[in-house]
Formats: sequence, C-alpha cells, structure tokens
Amino acid sequence: MNIQVDQVSSTRGSVPAAAMTFLRDLFIRVGVLPFFLVAALVFFTLASHNFLTVQNITNVARQSVYLVLVALGQMLALVTGGFDLSVGTTIAITSVVSATVMVFVAGAYPDAAWAAVSLGLLAGLAAALAIGVVNGIGIARFGVSPFIMTLGVQSVGAGIALFITGGVPIGDLPNEFGDFFGFGSIAGIPVPVLIAILAAVVMWVLMNRTRTGARLYAVGGNIKAANLSGINTGRVLFLAYALCALLASIAGILLTARVESGETNLGGTIALESIAACVIAGVSLRGGIGRVESVVIGGFFIVLVENGMNILQIGSYMQMVLLGALLILAVVIDQFRYKLLVGEH
Amino acid sequence: MTSSDMPLVEMTGICKEFPGVKALDGVDFTLMPGEVHVLFGENGAGKSTLISILAGVYQPTSGHFRINGRDARFPSVKGARAAGVCAVFQEFSLVPTMSVAQNLFLGSELLSGPFVDHGRARREAEKLFGELGFSIDVGAPVAALSRAQQQMVEIAKAFHAKARILILDEPTASLTERETAMLFRFIGEARAAGVGIVYISHRMHEFAAIANRITVLRDGKLVRTVDAAATSESELIELMTGRSIDRIYPDIDLASAPETVMKVRGLEGPGVHGVSFDIRKGEVLGIAGLVGSGKSRAFRTLFGLSGTVAGTVVLDGHDVTGATPETLTARGVFYLPSDRKREGLFLGADARDNIALSMLNRPDTRDALGFRSPARLRRLTDDIGRRIDISQAFLNRTVAKLSGGNQQKVLFGKALSVEREIYILDEPTVGVDMGTRAAIYRLIKQMAETGKAVVVISSDLAEVMNLSHRLLVFANGTIAAELAGEAINEQTVLGHFFQGGRLGA
Repeated sequence: MNIQVDQVSSTRGSVPAAAMTFLRDLFIRVGVLPFFLVAALVFFTLASHNFLTVQNITNVARQSVYLVLVALGQMLALVTGGFDLSVGTTIAITSVVSATVMVFVAGAYPDAAWAAVSLGLLAGLAAALAIGVVNGIGIARFGVSPFIMTLGVQSVGAGIALFITGGVPIGDLPNEFGDFFGFGSIAGIPVPVLIAILAAVVMWVLMNRTRTGARLYAVGGNIKAANLSGINTGRVLFLAYALCALLASIAGILLTARVESGETNLGGTIALESIAACVIAGVSLRGGIGRVESVVIGGFFIVLVENGMNILQIGSYMQMVLLGALLILAVVIDQFRYKLLVGEH
Repeated sequence: MTSSDMPLVEMTGICKEFPGVKALDGVDFTLMPGEVHVLFGENGAGKSTLISILAGVYQPTSGHFRINGRDARFPSVKGARAAGVCAVFQEFSLVPTMSVAQNLFLGSELLSGPFVDHGRARREAEKLFGELGFSIDVGAPVAALSRAQQQMVEIAKAFHAKARILILDEPTASLTERETAMLFRFIGEARAAGVGIVYISHRMHEFAAIANRITVLRDGKLVRTVDAAATSESELIELMTGRSIDRIYPDIDLASAPETVMKVRGLEGPGVHGVSFDIRKGEVLGIAGLVGSGKSRAFRTLFGLSGTVAGTVVLDGHDVTGATPETLTARGVFYLPSDRKREGLFLGADARDNIALSMLNRPDTRDALGFRSPARLRRLTDDIGRRIDISQAFLNRTVAKLSGGNQQKVLFGKALSVEREIYILDEPTVGVDMGTRAAIYRLIKQMAETGKAVVVISSDLAEVMNLSHRLLVFANGTIAAELAGEAINEQTVLGHFFQGGRLGA
C-alpha cells in the first residue's frame, strides 16, 4: 500500500493518477480488505482448479459463520479502543455449560428434549454474559487495561471449563439440538448462516442507527471528548464487552451443535483470527473506526484464506505462521491508514 | 428579588486542592444574567480550574457554589449540562473520527423512534451553521478541519445546547478577525437573551467590545473583580502580575556581533512547509504563531523528533540534517518540550535523579574506575539546584509532587546540567506562577549573555515580544515575517498570524 500511495504523488495529473486517487480514497475509506480479497481470490484461483467453485465458496461461507459472529463482537471492543482476548474462553465456557445443562435436564426428563435445549442455551448465554460482565467491570470500573483484563479472564475461564469437564468432551446431547442448530436449514438456508445474518443486521442497526452505536464510536475516537459531551463512558465500555461475550457465546452454541458435544478447545485460535478479521476489515486498533459490513467480509476473508491454504495442502503449522504474519501486516497498514485519515499529529 | 438581579452563578470561598498543589484558594465569583464576565490571569492562575468546577469536571474541595440560587454540586459534566452550563474548552471535546454533524449531536443524538436520524441531524446542523454564519461541510470528519473550523464546531455545539451559562475558554485564540466579529455578534445576541457568559482571554483589546466585569486571579487567589469599562490595560497587567510590566521582563544585552551557529534552509517536515532562518550566539530568537502554525513543529523536526522531508540544517559547519536527538544533544543542542509531564520529566523519580540523568555523559560524574559516583553526582546536582533556585528538600522530592513551577525549574536544571550551545525552549513558562516566571527569565538572560544561542517558542505574545532580539512569526507552516528590535509590536505580529487567510477557509 505504501508503494501505491507514493505513486499517487509522483504520477499526479496523468490518467493512471485518477485510478490511483480512486484506490487511495477506497483505501482510506474501507482499508486494505478489498485489495487483500482480490489478491487472495486471484492467487488461489490460479493455484488450484478446486478453489473457485460454487460448492467450495458456499462451503467457505458456511464455515465462516462462527468467525463472523466472534469478529462482530471483537469489533465492539476494538471500536472502543480495546480488544477482547477472552473470546476463545467464552466459546469454551458456553459449550461446556450449555452441554452440561442439556445432558442433565435431558437425563431427568427424557421426553422434554426442547426444554433441555432451551435451558442449556440460556445457561450457556448466561455463563458467557458473566465473563463479559467481569471484563466490563474490570475495564470500565477499575480501569484495568483491556489487554491484562481479558488475558487474565481468558486463563480463568479456560481453567473453569477444564475443571467442569475434567478435560473430557461432554457427549450425548439431545439430537434435536445438533439437528437444528448444527445441520438444520430453513427455506434451504442453513440455520447457522441465518443466525449470523440476523446478528449482522442487528449489529449494523446498533452501530449505525442507535445512540449506543454513536457512543461506542465516540468513546473509541476520543474518550475525553466523549466524557465532556456528557456520555457515560464507563457504561459504554461495559456494554461493549458484555455484548462481545454474547456474540462469542452464540458462536459457541453453533459450534457445539456442529460437533454435537461440549468441548473446551472449540475456541482455540479464534481470538487471534477475530482480531485479524477486524483489522483487515479496517477496524482501527486505535478505536473509533470500523464498519459492520466490512467485518462480515473480513471474517469471510480469513476463512477463505484458510480454505485456500488447505486446498493447496499447506500444513496447519505453516498456516499459523502465515495467519500471524497477515495480522501484523494488517496492523502495519492500519497505522499508515490512520495517519492518512487523521493527519500527522 | 426579581429574576434579573438574582445571580446565575454564585461561588464563594471556592478552594480546590490537587495532590501537592492548591489550585484555588478562597475564590469568589458571581455571574449575572446577560453579563459577560471575563476571567483574567496568567497561565496557572486558576482560571481553568475555576471553569472546570463550574462545568462539572472537578468538584471543589470546599466553598459554596450556587446556580440560580440553589446549591449546586455537579457530580459530572452531564449534571452541569442539565443545569444549563455549557463549556467550550481550549482542549476541544470533539471526536476526530466522526463527522461535524455527529459531533454536534454527540451525547444528545436526534432520534426518530428508537433510531438515530442522521438525515435530520445533518439538516439541523446545516441550519445551525447557517444561522451562525459559519461555512462548513457538516458531513466532513472533524480530523479534516482546520483548528479554526474545529473551534467553530465547538462554539456551535454550545449554542445548540441552548446553554443558560456559557463558558468560552480563549475562543478567539485561533479565529480570524472576521470570525471573531461574528462570534462577538452572537455573544451579544446570547447576552440579550439573558445568557451569562464566562469569558477567558488574554487579548485585552477584546474586553472593551464585550466585557461587563473582569475578575483577576493570581496563583489561585482572587485579586479583585473590576468594572471592565473603568479599568485600563496597564492596570489589568499590574493586577495580573502583581508588579508593573517593566519589572517582569529583564533587559537582555545582545552580543555585539552575534555569530551564526546554526543555519536552517528550506526545512520541510510534517506541518512545516519550507522554513529558513539562522540561530545566533548571544541572541534570543523569539518564535510566535498560533497553535497549528508550525512554530513548534519546525523545531521538533529540526531536533529529529519528526521526519525531515527536505531542507538542510548546518550546525557549526557540520551538516546535521535529519540527525537524531542523540547526535544533536551530543553537539550541544537542547530541546525543552512544551509538555513537561508527557515529554520532559520522569514523574516517578525525584528531582535530583531527573537532573542527574542529563549529565551522565560528563566525565566528572565518574570515579577513578569509571563508574558513576553518587557523591560527585550529588555535588553537581546541588550546584544545579542553586542555579535554578530550588531547595534541597524539593531536590529530593518525587517530581510528580512538585508544583508546576518547580517542575519547570527541574526541566531547566536538565538544560543546565551540561554545557550547551543552543537552547530551544518550547513554551518555557507554560502553567507556572509569577515568581518562577521571573526566575526563568533571569536564566534565559544568563544563557544569552554568556554567549549561548536561545530560541524561545511561545504562545504568550507578551513574553516572546519582550524577550526576543529577533522574532520569527509562523503562519501555515511557513515564516510569515522576521522582525527585529523596534519592529516587534503586537499589531504587526497579530497581522502576520493570519497570513494567507487559510485558517479562515
């Protein structure tokens, strides 16, 4: 990107300059994502015949649901100028708690499968909300840095999840749960995809059409200014982490339904992946900037790249290296974009 | 009592203590409906603290505070706003990443049903700016605006809130004359509507046009409240400083044949668009300009704090263009930053260690084996302590617990810790009391008269005009004028501030 913008100044006035100006404006407005997406599509399509097929891309869309949900939550934390490293733990806790409750209720009342599922879901969501509330109180009330707070909670939550299960997956969930939330579909659209679409729409309305959304952006953009404008900044921060946990929890429920068991390792690398998805989608690590629709595509992009690497038979170890490098590259570019946006200070 | 002679604001015996500092000490202040009441005083006199209490940012330590005759104690800015108090602070309360319209309605967003109505916000914002006569694109992000435009947004925000009590903290500091006239027209209208206005400004010539009463503060104490029409500018200065004007600024002798020590040619960097000047030994070079004029940035670029884009800097015949602060410090250049807490001092360390850290390269701080000698450092820092007029007790105290004035002295102690050739002083007296100010001016006099080159960058026009032998006026990242001797006067300098008119765009 650096190179492209440098060329803008050196070729000003010629015809390609107009195209460069357009690309530059696009870069400032939405970030690096369109460029990365085009590059990935071109590269993987050239590298393999199996990549750009309707079946494969549909598959990517279905697989990306979980990351998209978590990335939407992560975006809330990022927009306020923080981040949430405990999203993986939130998924694990949701999975383990909801599975435990479902198995218990289904065991006591074998005929009431849907009651067991409902109670399980509520318990999972409540447990995740508790994590979000702890994060929110620590960050908003006691001023703990989001890094330390969510890192600590991540460890605490992972420990609790392992303690509950003893490290053994919880099986024998009611079949109705997996059949609907894992593999079901309505009008031909998979249930997880429907839920992700619904979540994205709600998030879009929240961020673009409600006061709360405006205040989330304001707190991240300049917390002192937000305070001087009469905004309760503590409440806004708290809300961001609570909602982030709820979104991660929904992803946790869908993943549990997919694997049909309560597991502690469902959220393994999702903290890193969700931050990468957001940053590549133009959510600034400095806060105050980020668009819901871009984050959805950002989550899709990460899964697309992982899918492409699988098709090219790149090993999972090497995939970790590339994913981390991609995140760092995206952050470097984000710094550069922020300077273009806000000017030198 | 009728409503018109009941004060909007009644403050009596207001005290405010911060750890180690008494910012306000028994101040009385009243504001009547339809009155413009000026708060006047030096930086650090307590004006900002007083308006922060009024606006709900701070709580007073003690004292009575009534609004509309009722006891007021605002737990938050929101509480103060609900009581009709609205403040436009110098430090803008705008979110740079959001649009003008969004900023205008921040905290009181317009709704249609449960949803924010962006279209109406835009239309209302356009209408408001139209009424105010400010031309501005309400869809533009605030980050893209000039400082003057951001100021207009701040003022519009206050007018929009229909404040009963309006606090304006140096509102004209970055406005052009035309914009200032517009602002005064609106102050007049607001006053006619019964709004009380607390107005902070250093520009005494503005008071005649708008002020009813002037309250003068010095070192956190009330000096006197006077009638604006019956008080001359020189009386105000005497009230503010506690001494007559010719006794604050020392006469600094100019070296008979100042020799050029640094040549800067066509320097460009962030916010600096090609400046050329010489720095001479035994001379005080003053740098004036508005915030954002590049006056500070030019020297930060020169000192290697932000990237040099073009130009050359020659120091004593050596090319030091784009050199690092390390190299320049080794060559005897010192930069005193304007923000002492963020860039100048190690707040958790004591004053002695702060000074000692700047002299670790001196051979005479080491013992026979080449190790740091605490005894020698102690002796040397004691010497510095005497030069900057700071007591032993203060030398051993954590810097965070010293007053602003003493912190600034410690910063000068760092400057004096090693023999230097060029002192670049960025806002040398910001937020210090009168006594320290005089002491700092004596140090500057000493520096210049012992043949060092001194650069004083300052937003305090009186300071920079009275100290300088030569004065560069910055505007829009370039040098608008170079003045010397008798040519240095307020009207000329102010005239050059707005060169090119870009700020008014």
